[in-house]
Amino acid sequence: MSQAILAIDGLEAGYEPGSAIVRGISLEVKAGEIVTILGPNGAGKSTLIKAIAGLVPKFSGSVALDGEDITDSPAHVLAREGLGFVPQTENVFTLMSIADNLRLAADILPKRERAAKIDQMFALFPDLARQRQLAAGRLSGGQRQMLAVARALIASPRILMLDEASAGLSPKLVGQVFAKLAEIRHTGITILMVEQNARAALALADRAIILVEGKAAHEGKAADIASDPVIRELYLGLAPAKGTA
Amino acid sequence: MNLQFIADGLIMGALIGLGAIGVTLTYSILRFANFAHGEFLAWGTYFTLALASGFGAMFGGSGTLGSLSFGWPVIVAGVLAALLTGILALALDRLLFAKLRDRGNAIVMVMASFGASMALRSLLEFIFTSEPAYFSRDIQMALPMAFGIRLTPDQLFLLAMTAVLVLVMERFMALSTIGRAMRAVSENPVLARIAGVDVERVIRATWMIGGALACAAGVMLGITVQIRPFMGFDLLLPLFAAAILGGIGSVPGAVLGGLIVGIAEAAAVQVVGADYRAAIAFLILIAVLLVRPAGIFGVRE
Repeated sequence: MSQAILAIDGLEAGYEPGSAIVRGISLEVKAGEIVTILGPNGAGKSTLIKAIAGLVPKFSGSVALDGEDITDSPAHVLAREGLGFVPQTENVFTLMSIADNLRLAADILPKRERAAKIDQMFALFPDLARQRQLAAGRLSGGQRQMLAVARALIASPRILMLDEASAGLSPKLVGQVFAKLAEIRHTGITILMVEQNARAALALADRAIILVEGKAAHEGKAADIASDPVIRELYLGLAPAKGTA
Repeated sequence: MNLQFIADGLIMGALIGLGAIGVTLTYSILRFANFAHGEFLAWGTYFTLALASGFGAMFGGSGTLGSLSFGWPVIVAGVLAALLTGILALALDRLLFAKLRDRGNAIVMVMASFGASMALRSLLEFIFTSEPAYFSRDIQMALPMAFGIRLTPDQLFLLAMTAVLVLVMERFMALSTIGRAMRAVSENPVLARIAGVDVERVIRATWMIGGALACAAGVMLGITVQIRPFMGFDLLLPLFAAAILGGIGSVPGAVLGGLIVGIAEAAAVQVVGADYRAAIAFLILIAVLLVRPAGIFGVRE
């Protein structure tokens, strides 16, 4: 059995002490896996992923990255330790060029590796390479999402975490983003993603966790959850799968 | 028409621009208006004066460099004083602003900066008295330039020095790791942390750079005019006018804003008299806030 890259145990987190939004979550993400966190609005999905990334206070529980306790590590240290995070909104530096967005992220790497890593990202995202001097603020929503993912990938993270990567994108762009994530998984990167687009997320993920009111209501293989008519209807807002209605 | 006012305005504008770089960086990165910034100019100048006097006394090198009114002791002292002023700014942050920053109240920080300004100025008066001091009392002959404009060697040095410092700062912000990090924190501090930027390190760099440039501006003001404990405080409004006019966060904008404010003030002296000079910076500030709040190089949020 492969080792857990990310291990969360009994995590309670929120913005105000005494009113936890994430309530006692435990989960593991194994090397090479794609795990998606689903659930209705207000379930605490984004708060959970932000807490893991060091952006929301944790009240109790622990978070470990590759066996090393990172519960109290600040966000910038987590980035350096291999936790790549793509926030849902404001996920690129709009006043900086595409190249500078990547250079900034590459600055945490040893000097000799930076240029090669940036070139590697431009090879993975050729659309960005063609306009590298363009201010990121002039990119479309889908292109910004790609740049945000490239920015998070540049330091070769041990795990890539995405907060609603498909939010606000047209169905065509959602398809492009998920196709790129599928491409990225083949490079061996472990992915934890919060999604509202349950259908697309379940099609890509290996496992899924459904959060309801800050707690894990269901957890299992993505394919099983995708075909469970009760879960589909109650928690995911999806019509029952064909043949189960 | 006598065009000398343009040269006078450029000199004052260069000083204001240098000082305004610190204001604009502090404002954009730390997100508060630091009204104690003027005191960094004054403290930097007095640090330089004290060190230069010490060097002169120790090594007897009080001569001048070429046609300039000052010699190497002032230049060496200025470099060391820039470092000391940066450390002073950093110490003020550690003792005062960092504690308030953690509570996340920008208004309280602004009010605290008023208090810090008064305390620093009073301390300066206590140590050095309010009597004006000078790096040199020599009278310099102004050299004829063009169109009837005359400049002293000190003023030429000041303009060249400003150009060099601004160019270095602009390149530093564009190309260096810490400059990129400063731009990132200025635009989006949360995303900067996610990208691995140590925001505390950026804050320290901002204070050091802002303090050092304030010192440079103060020393130049001290060389061309005189040294007084109120010299920074008197320049505070033009500094903010320049930073806002140029666009908060923009280094070239701060310098351009400084030049515009300086020339406008000098032109006002020609038109309405010296009594109303100080009002011009205030009028420019109001006009910019009304017409283009983001400033010349600023981007509307």
